[in-house]
Amino acid sequence: MTGNDNASSRPTVADGISSAAIEVDRLVKVYKQTRAVDGISFSLPCGSITGLLGGNGAGKTTTIAMIMGLVLPTSGRVRVLGHRMPEESAAVLGRMNFESPYVDMPMRLTVRQNLTIFGKLYAVKGLADRIARLADDLDLNEFIDRANGKLSAGQKTRVALAKALINEPELLLLDEPTASLDPDTADWVRAHLERYRKDNNATILLASHNMLEVERLCDRVIIMKRGRIEDDDTPDAIMARYNRSTLEEVFLDVARGRVNGAREDAAR
Amino acid sequence: MTDISLHRGISAQRIGAMILRYWYLLLSSWPRLLELLYWPALQVITWGFIQYYIAQNASFFARAGGTLIGAVILWDILFRGQLGFSISFLEEMWARNLGNLMMSPLRPIEFLLSLMVMSLIRLAIGIIPMTLLALAFFHFNVYSLGLPLIAFFCNLIFTSWSVGIFVSGLVLRNGLGAESIVWTLMFAIMPLACIYYPVSVLPSWLQYVAWSLPPTYVFEGMRALLIEQTFRADLMLDALAINAVLLLASFGAFLALLRSARKHGSLLAGGE
Repeated sequence: MTGNDNASSRPTVADGISSAAIEVDRLVKVYKQTRAVDGISFSLPCGSITGLLGGNGAGKTTTIAMIMGLVLPTSGRVRVLGHRMPEESAAVLGRMNFESPYVDMPMRLTVRQNLTIFGKLYAVKGLADRIARLADDLDLNEFIDRANGKLSAGQKTRVALAKALINEPELLLLDEPTASLDPDTADWVRAHLERYRKDNNATILLASHNMLEVERLCDRVIIMKRGRIEDDDTPDAIMARYNRSTLEEVFLDVARGRVNGAREDAAR
Repeated sequence: MTDISLHRGISAQRIGAMILRYWYLLLSSWPRLLELLYWPALQVITWGFIQYYIAQNASFFARAGGTLIGAVILWDILFRGQLGFSISFLEEMWARNLGNLMMSPLRPIEFLLSLMVMSLIRLAIGIIPMTLLALAFFHFNVYSLGLPLIAFFCNLIFTSWSVGIFVSGLVLRNGLGAESIVWTLMFAIMPLACIYYPVSVLPSWLQYVAWSLPPTYVFEGMRALLIEQTFRADLMLDALAINAVLLLASFGAFLALLRSARKHGSLLAGGE
C-alpha cells in the first residue's frame, strides 16, 4: 500500500475539521529538476507514533519541513491539528514543536537561558516550574547553568528534547532524535518519548535511520524512496509482507530495489 | 514565524523574549561588547584630530567647527544602527537557530521589531561613549544640537533599519554566502549621502540620486545647523517621507524573500 497520488486505495484528505493530527494530501515538492517529494498522501491519527523511514534523499526531511511550514509545497495540501499549513500556522505553531539535527540551540547561552527564551516564545505558563520539571525529567540539573556549547553530544540532545517539550506539544516532529548518541543515552531518550506520548496522548512523527528505534517506538511505519511512499503499515505487517524478521532487512530490500522479489517470496 | 502576516496578534512577550536572548548573548561575550565600543571610539579620535588640524589651517573649517566630527558621529549612527540590526540577525544564522525560531510562534514582524530594539541598544553602547570622547577630546558636544539631533537620529535610524531589514532578507534567502552584503551595502550609499561635503559638490545628474537618499537630507541639515545656525525642518520632513516609503518597501522585500526562501528550501540549508 503506497501513499502516492496514483494509489487509489488511499483516501485523500477532505477539507473541513478532522481529528487527525497530520493530514498530507498529494504533496509534491520540486526543486528545479528534482522531485524531492512526489505526490504523497497520509493521515496520522492523534496519539500515534509514526516512523518515517528512507535512505538519504528519500524526501523525509523535506516532508517534515513542509509539515512544519518551513518549506512551501509545489502542490498538494498539509493540515496540522486541523489547520492548513502554512496559511494558518499561527493557530498551531504554539501547539507543536520539533527537534532536528539541522538546527542548534544558541551555544553561548546556558541551558536555563535557552529554555527560558523558548518558554517565553511559546507563552508557557508557570515557566520556572516547567523548566524545573523538565530538568528533573531529562536529568538536566547537573549542567542547567552551563553554556550549551560546553555540553557533550548526549547532553545537547537532552537539552534539544527539553526545548521540544517545553510547551507540552500535542504534536512532536523529530528528525533523527537519537543520531550520534551512545546506545545508553539513545535508549533513555526513546523511553522518555514513549512515556511522554502515553502521558499526554501526543502525536509523534519520527524520521530515523535507526530501525531498532522505529521498531520499538512506532505503531506505524511509512517507508519513502525517491520522494514516494514505498510502504505504509504497522512494523509487524511490513516485516511479514517482506518475509523479514527486522525492519533493517526490509529497509535494505527497499533501498536496493529488491521490493518485488521480497514480496513475491513472502507471498509464496 | 511562518505566518506571513505582518500585523496580526503582535506579542510583546515574544519580542521581549528575543531581546532577552540577544541581551544574554551580549553579556556572555566580552569581545562582542568590546567590538561595539572600540571602532566608534577610533573613528571619533581619528576624525577629531583631522578636523582639529584642518581648522587650524583653513578659515572656513575654523568657522564651521564640528562639521567633520559631527558627520562622523551621525554616519556612525547610520552605519552602526544597520550593523546592530543585521548582526543580531546574523547571530541566528551563525548559531543555526533560525529553524527553531521559524517553527516557534514568533512572527516576522515580532522578529524584526526585536532586531530594531537591539539595534538601538547596541547603538547606545557604542555611540554614547563616542559622544563623550568627542566632548572630552575635541570640545564637540553633539547634544548641544538640541532637538534637531532627535530629528537627525530618527531619520538615520529609520534608514538603517530599512537597509538592515532588506539585507537580512537577502541572507535569509541566499544563506551566509550573502553575508558580505551586510557589512558593505551601507558603504555603497556613502559617497551619495554627502556625509563630509555638500550635495552641490556632486555633478548635477548625481544630485538627483543623492536627494533620493534620506541621509543626504540629514547631513545637509547638520551642516545648515552648524554653519548657518539654521534648522531646516523641511529637509527633515522630506527625509521622513522617503524613510516611510523605504521602510514599507523593505518590509515587503523581507516578506517576499522569506517566502522565496521557503519555496526554495533555503531555511533548511542555513549555510552558504
